[in-house]
Amino acid sequence: MTYKTTIGLEIHVQLKTKSKMFCGCDNNAEGVQPNTLVCPVCLGLPGVLPVANKQAIGWTLKTGLALNSKIAEHSKFDRKHYFYPDLPKGYQISQYDLPFLIGGQVEIEVAGDKKIIELTRIHLEEDAGKLVHAGTDSLVDLNRAGTPLMEIVTEPCIDSPLSAKIFLQELRSIMRYLGVSSADMEKGHLRADANISVSADEKLGVPVEIKNMNSFKMVEKALLYEEKRQREVLDAGDKIAKETRGWDDAKGITYSQRSKEFAQDYRYFPEPDLPPFEPTKMFDLAKLKAEIPELPAEKRKRYQSEMGLSLQDAEVIAIDQEMANYFEKTAEIVSPKLAANWIINELKIDGLVKIKPEDLAELLKLIDSNEISGKIAKDVLPQMLETGKSATDIIAEKGLKQIGSEEEIAKIVDKIISENSEIVSSIKAGKTSAIGFLVGQVMKETKGQANPAMVNKIINEKI
Amino acid sequence: MAQISKTDVEHVAQLARLNLTKIEEEKFTQELGEILNYIDELNELDLTKIKSVSQISGLENIVREDKITNENNREKLLTNAPSQEKGYIKVKQVFE
Ligand SMILES: [Zn+2]
Repeated sequence: MTYKTTIGLEIHVQLKTKSKMFCGCDNNAEGVQPNTLVCPVCLGLPGVLPVANKQAIGWTLKTGLALNSKIAEHSKFDRKHYFYPDLPKGYQISQYDLPFLIGGQVEIEVAGDKKIIELTRIHLEEDAGKLVHAGTDSLVDLNRAGTPLMEIVTEPCIDSPLSAKIFLQELRSIMRYLGVSSADMEKGHLRADANISVSADEKLGVPVEIKNMNSFKMVEKALLYEEKRQREVLDAGDKIAKETRGWDDAKGITYSQRSKEFAQDYRYFPEPDLPPFEPTKMFDLAKLKAEIPELPAEKRKRYQSEMGLSLQDAEVIAIDQEMANYFEKTAEIVSPKLAANWIINELKIDGLVKIKPEDLAELLKLIDSNEISGKIAKDVLPQMLETGKSATDIIAEKGLKQIGSEEEIAKIVDKIISENSEIVSSIKAGKTSAIGFLVGQVMKETKGQANPAMVNKIINEKI
Repeated sequence: MAQISKTDVEHVAQLARLNLTKIEEEKFTQELGEILNYIDELNELDLTKIKSVSQISGLENIVREDKITNENNREKLLTNAPSQEKGYIKVKQVFE
């Protein structure tokens, strides 16, 4: 039986504002002692007044502009009630019926196919604190309580676990390009919950919610597992239960989480302490839009159509803003294809940080002009990293210049031919594949400093 | 005209983590019903031409600049916590 998979995602993105969403506490809790970044507002003490962080709202709108969402004319915050020790007020300030952003689209490429992921909405809320489990107690750290959290909800329109993973990676990249979040999944800056259903026809199946996926790999693995599990349930003629399942990464399975005794009822009502917003009046949207840099999808297109890169190379470079900037600078000086090849395959993260684009370009120009071979360049690069010297200096110091003139190479070819008369006669007898051996001998003799194409040409002429 | 059933009261109590006795359940079913009836009188007004609002303060677009204005005041703030350990607030173990 052929089955259709449908996935919807709910993504939470922590905004890296200086201060929290509704109070002036420091928002950067990394490596900080527990409960040192808290105040009466984020602790939910009686009589306090939350005031919204302008930057957090501005960044949310900017994200919406980048993701083609419609900006709401009227928006407000609501209280969402539930009890959990990491939620000091007994409610979370969130948005219910009037989110800042409605709809939106993200374009991704899955194995060469363009796909549009439709967004339902984007709203702003506050994060909860953290629980540390210790023996028979739980310990609560509220440093993170009140961190601005953007919730991005997609339509149930994602067709495979791979598409879901690629969409999340694209989203992480966009958040970093926009400079609104570090979007590190392992650190919880970006968290994803998924709904996945499998059905035998065009109708949507029964959605199962998956939680606890803390990396892109886990998202794909958990969804693949769940897709297979649901197909097997249907194959056996059974029904899928609507439930929440957790991902156990060690065992590589999803497991049913104890279903709530009764349906969640968050009893939303408008947050009385925060007056409503008219986002289009609060911000100069044209200015916000002008601040949005070229995003990965546009870069991918431009790298292919204007710079001649393969889709694969364009994808690898465009997804990482630092790599993209580096590539664009290098490609101003040398051919984009050569630059891309070296940046992706040779430079690595260390090189991106330590070697300037113009210094890499200097090395690549020497390959382009046949002064050194690619092989030599690969030896020079680590020395540039280690010593900080320029490619030209290293080559001069070590005498690594390519043996370039036809004359020089011809002399060496003559020597190799006279030393290998048997092989030469077998080539003359028609065993042309043996030419490679002679080329190898010449390269060995020149310590790799000759241009192999030229060596090949000269040998062919002489035999 | 009772507007609320005993099951509703039990549900609301559960959401609010309240343990009600049988007598309290009866009492609140009746009292909450009366409150709802009282509020129901508002439905007699014709509000078709009135825009709904979630606030009557008349304020809008109230924001603050993104600045850190608070300092660490843990010792004092945690005096409200029922129990603490190494700077954490200590609670009964949480499952789920
Ligand atoms: Zn605070």
